[in-house]
Amino acid sequence: MINVNNISKTFMVPHRVDALVDVSENVARAEVVVVIGPSGSGKSTFLRCLNRLETADKGQILIDGVDILHPKTDINKVRAEVGMVFQSFNLFPHKTVKDNVSLAQNVVRKRSSKEAEEITMALLNKVGIADKQNVYPDQLSGGQQQRVAIARALAMNPKAMLFDEPTSALDPEMIGEVLEVMKTLAREGMTMVVVTHEMGFAREVADRVIFMDDGRIVEEGTPEHFFTNPSHDRTKLFLKQIL
Amino acid sequence: MQRHPASKFAFIRGVMTHMESTSSLLQKQQKRTYYMWVMVFFLIMTTCIGSLYYCTLKIDYTWRWYRVPQYFFFNEEIEVRTDVAGTVESIEDTTDGTLIRINGDDGDSIDYAYPSKKVRIYEGDSLFEGDVLGSYHKWQVGILLQGLWLTLKVSFVAIIFGILLGLCAGLARISSNPAFKWLAITYIEIIRGSPLLVQIFIWYFVLGTLVNTMLAQYGIPQVPPLWFGVASLATFTGAYVAEIVRSGIQSIHKGQTEASRSLGMTYAQSMYHVILPQAFIRIIPPLAGQFISLIKDSSLLGIIAIRELTKATREVVTTSLQPFELWFVCAILYLVLTFTLSMLLQYLEKRMIHS
Repeated sequence: MINVNNISKTFMVPHRVDALVDVSENVARAEVVVVIGPSGSGKSTFLRCLNRLETADKGQILIDGVDILHPKTDINKVRAEVGMVFQSFNLFPHKTVKDNVSLAQNVVRKRSSKEAEEITMALLNKVGIADKQNVYPDQLSGGQQQRVAIARALAMNPKAMLFDEPTSALDPEMIGEVLEVMKTLAREGMTMVVVTHEMGFAREVADRVIFMDDGRIVEEGTPEHFFTNPSHDRTKLFLKQIL
Repeated sequence: MQRHPASKFAFIRGVMTHMESTSSLLQKQQKRTYYMWVMVFFLIMTTCIGSLYYCTLKIDYTWRWYRVPQYFFFNEEIEVRTDVAGTVESIEDTTDGTLIRINGDDGDSIDYAYPSKKVRIYEGDSLFEGDVLGSYHKWQVGILLQGLWLTLKVSFVAIIFGILLGLCAGLARISSNPAFKWLAITYIEIIRGSPLLVQIFIWYFVLGTLVNTMLAQYGIPQVPPLWFGVASLATFTGAYVAEIVRSGIQSIHKGQTEASRSLGMTYAQSMYHVILPQAFIRIIPPLAGQFISLIKDSSLLGIIAIRELTKATREVVTTSLQPFELWFVCAILYLVLTFTLSMLLQYLEKRMIHS
């Protein structure tokens, strides 16, 4: 589903940072991969490279067989197939919840208003905020906003979902409701790449956990292996610090 | 955003019910202070207006305000003249005026009707072409109101074109395409950096002459100075609007672009549906300032023979010799225009925020 071959990314502004160094990774269909690591380890950059919000300097990225770094690739088509959820939700504040979810359906997928509305309502039901359909985002709690953001991404019928620290900006009591939606998605067989600090989620839902540090993948494996018997010293130190 | 301020207020409210008397005392004092400062405001305003009035009394000038209204509306006496030579056949009083029938020397008879009883001829008179038959009064719009209307018209058209130009230039300014970007920067810097007066001269005497010479070669009617004036104001405003649009767009959080692009929207779709609607609300206040400037800048158009409000005032001052009254009136008329615009945009801003 997602094939990453030897990508590198260096930021020159404000100063030189090698965010990704020769990273390779494959994510199979319906697989849930959780990426963890200290801040500045390149995990978010890695995720953002997957739908070219950041353009990798070197290497190759195939999304469902499409080389997204090829100049002839229509990146908008690829992005419509890969949903993304952000740490800061990024809902459109000038649109109601319903319009947030249906906007891209109309504009990108060219669905009729009626069809889009049906899909929107089904998704809002699924994430449990159908009663807030006519409310503006700033009237929702963080957890509700993030669930709308997930519904918005799902409305495009994506083949894979990318989550960039979806619970990091939430109050503790709201993390659960967002994770619950993500677990449902995982059970339904969605291909997911999740950058998170929620070790509980990683342990419970992940098929594979990747630990990144300094722009490199240090260690990866099943959650059992990862949390009970990590082989790398850097991983052991990180786990000791956060658990 | 994620905190619940409601609980905090509930706590304060709880405390307040326990200390009802103290809190009502506090409220009373806050109210008193508020009204005291309202009084201060009116006191300062009265002092200002009073001293201005005192100054006007002290200067060696005879104020003749009664001469001003005629430049808004005046009752003009219009004379009715005959177009043919002949004899007056009949003079009839109709319900709302006079009907005069003239038997022309060439045999035709012609009727003249006008809304007044003033007649200067008698039945049987022989008339020459151009003789006055009678007269009536008619209310006409004065030169100041005409000037005000022209200022309004010029500003309105210039604002519309200025917005369009500024929007294009602003989008070009943040484009990554070097041709667009550098063109926009050149345009903005040159127009903002040079005097409007010189730009008006260039538009009228250089570009205008060129355009009208070319049009004359093909027998097409000339473009009147008004349109070169509008063009100069629109390009001038466009440069400022471009910078306002640019800052408005850049003030929208980067996450909005990322979210819309990650859904598969193109750059244009993301701009149109997500970024510009949000930016527009934020740029209304600076735009209002810019448009107020534009209305006042239109006073420079007098130099290319466009009789807008300022030029009209100057002409009236020359004939009436009452400069103080008329320039005051001129300023007040500009104030009426700018204040109305300001209120209109504030209303628009409020409405957009609420919807």
